[in-house]
Amino acid sequence: MNSELQPNLVALQTIVYREVKRFTRIWPQTLLPPAITMVLYFVIFGNLIGRQIGDMGGFTYMEYIVPGLIMMSVITNSYGNVVSSFFGSKFQRSIEELMVSPVSPHTILIGYTAGGVLRGLMVGVIVTLLSLFFTHLQVHHLGVTILVVVLTATIFSLLGFINAVFARNFDDISIIPTFVLTPLTYLGGVFYSITLLPPFWQTVSLANPVLHMVNAFRYGILGVSDIKISVAITFMIVATVVLYFGCARLLVSGRGMRT
Amino acid sequence: MSSALSIRQLTKTYGNGFQALSGIDLDVAEGDFFALLGPNGAGKSTTIGILSTLVNKTSGTVNIFGHDLDKSPAALKRSIGVVPQEFNFNQFEKTFDIVVTQAGYYGIPSKVAKERAEQYLTQLGLWDKRDVPSRSLSGGMKRRLMIARALVHEPRLLILDEPTAGVDIELRRSMWTFLTELNEKGITIILTTHYLEEAEQLCRNIGIIDHGTIVENTSMRNLLGQLHVETFLLDLKNTLSAPPQLLGYPSRLVDSRTLEVQVDKAMGITALFTQLATQNIEVLSLRNKTNRLEELFVSLVEKNLAKVAV
Repeated sequence: MNSELQPNLVALQTIVYREVKRFTRIWPQTLLPPAITMVLYFVIFGNLIGRQIGDMGGFTYMEYIVPGLIMMSVITNSYGNVVSSFFGSKFQRSIEELMVSPVSPHTILIGYTAGGVLRGLMVGVIVTLLSLFFTHLQVHHLGVTILVVVLTATIFSLLGFINAVFARNFDDISIIPTFVLTPLTYLGGVFYSITLLPPFWQTVSLANPVLHMVNAFRYGILGVSDIKISVAITFMIVATVVLYFGCARLLVSGRGMRT
Repeated sequence: MSSALSIRQLTKTYGNGFQALSGIDLDVAEGDFFALLGPNGAGKSTTIGILSTLVNKTSGTVNIFGHDLDKSPAALKRSIGVVPQEFNFNQFEKTFDIVVTQAGYYGIPSKVAKERAEQYLTQLGLWDKRDVPSRSLSGGMKRRLMIARALVHEPRLLILDEPTAGVDIELRRSMWTFLTELNEKGITIILTTHYLEEAEQLCRNIGIIDHGTIVENTSMRNLLGQLHVETFLLDLKNTLSAPPQLLGYPSRLVDSRTLEVQVDKAMGITALFTQLATQNIEVLSLRNKTNRLEELFVSLVEKNLAKVAV
């Protein structure tokens, strides 16, 4: 076994354990809010307003929006975990503990990304379980469902990492979620099918990456989608690879961490 | 004796154009207790930052126990432990967790990490604070926590950047004892400090850095040997109204019971007491006006300042 592999595996385990411990220790800030928010969405949009809307894509409105809402919480929490944890380490300078140690940049990156993915998935599971109080859920294609949710959590964890690397203050870590992530998610087909839009806006919507993720996940759960699943999954795999190597390059350069 | 640290032509120019290091050479032997001294902004922290890889060097080479910084950074990092000047741990984590987590970063399995954390926290008097969030520790405890954290992977070279800054004298002395014991066990130590008494007491060799250059790199004994004149303060039994006539010993009265005398090493101190006894001046005690190293340090830095100004 490569002499650097074993210590890096221990280091990876350490980082992941520390990340999971962090977000579970502060569960009222990390796990509880998405549960409450999503219950409100289920009650207000799914139940009260949904009954007036009727069917969408051959399903009740509640059934239609549940996959989108699960994805919405996965996206927000994966991103939020990495951006706040990594920027917090920079802010307190505890990132130096990692920088002075022999941990490889890839181990650091995989560790933080795994932390984000695990929080995203944990919140996804909580929201899914809560949705069962409001509707019946079937899984049309388990493989697609799992692949899409893991890829999505990975992509947004990596994006959160990039945000944290460039952030210089706490404003910088809230600007992207507020002004980019939220609009993209709301316009990403969580609450509607893009077939309801005029043709021009349908085309514009296709440029929104969140639309592909939400629809691919909806396909996994319900078997319906506004976009081609193969295109969405290919896009997500390419995005994951490109973002991963971009993040690794940032870490090696020490941007925002070394002078 | 083999080399613990070898630095050659190390330079660092920051993004704003400030040149912090202008080609320094420095050697520290294995097992040494080495003081790196210099005024604020001289380049000490930049040097330590480069050794710990938190600062990217501009040019030059760094070699620690045969590991080149550019070619084998992981092996180099494994052989050093760094105690920085500023607190740099997660303020919300527990003391014990901080040390165990750091061990994990070095690939030390959890069981061994926990044993070592207990060992070092106990040695540094922090074991009863193991479950306390680090933010609630006192300043001295935080410094000791950083020492425990730096030792948990059992480095061969320990670098401490002003470890006793802001620490009370009792604690400072207990830290001196701890560091001396570590050094006796074979750990090479490099220390920066503003307390020159500390450097004189602990260190065998010394490097003085100023304006990014090494202005002195020698043994403590050699350096102190350069001090030709020492200034002493004598506490007198009886009051004096004017300084006494002391042949070969310039003197002045600080107050009616305190006499300041400059003693040239060539003259020695015995003749001074003979002259004082002749004049019936009784001395109760004597002490150095300033630390001996401090006198030399100030003169070396002033000399270098004059050179830089030219």
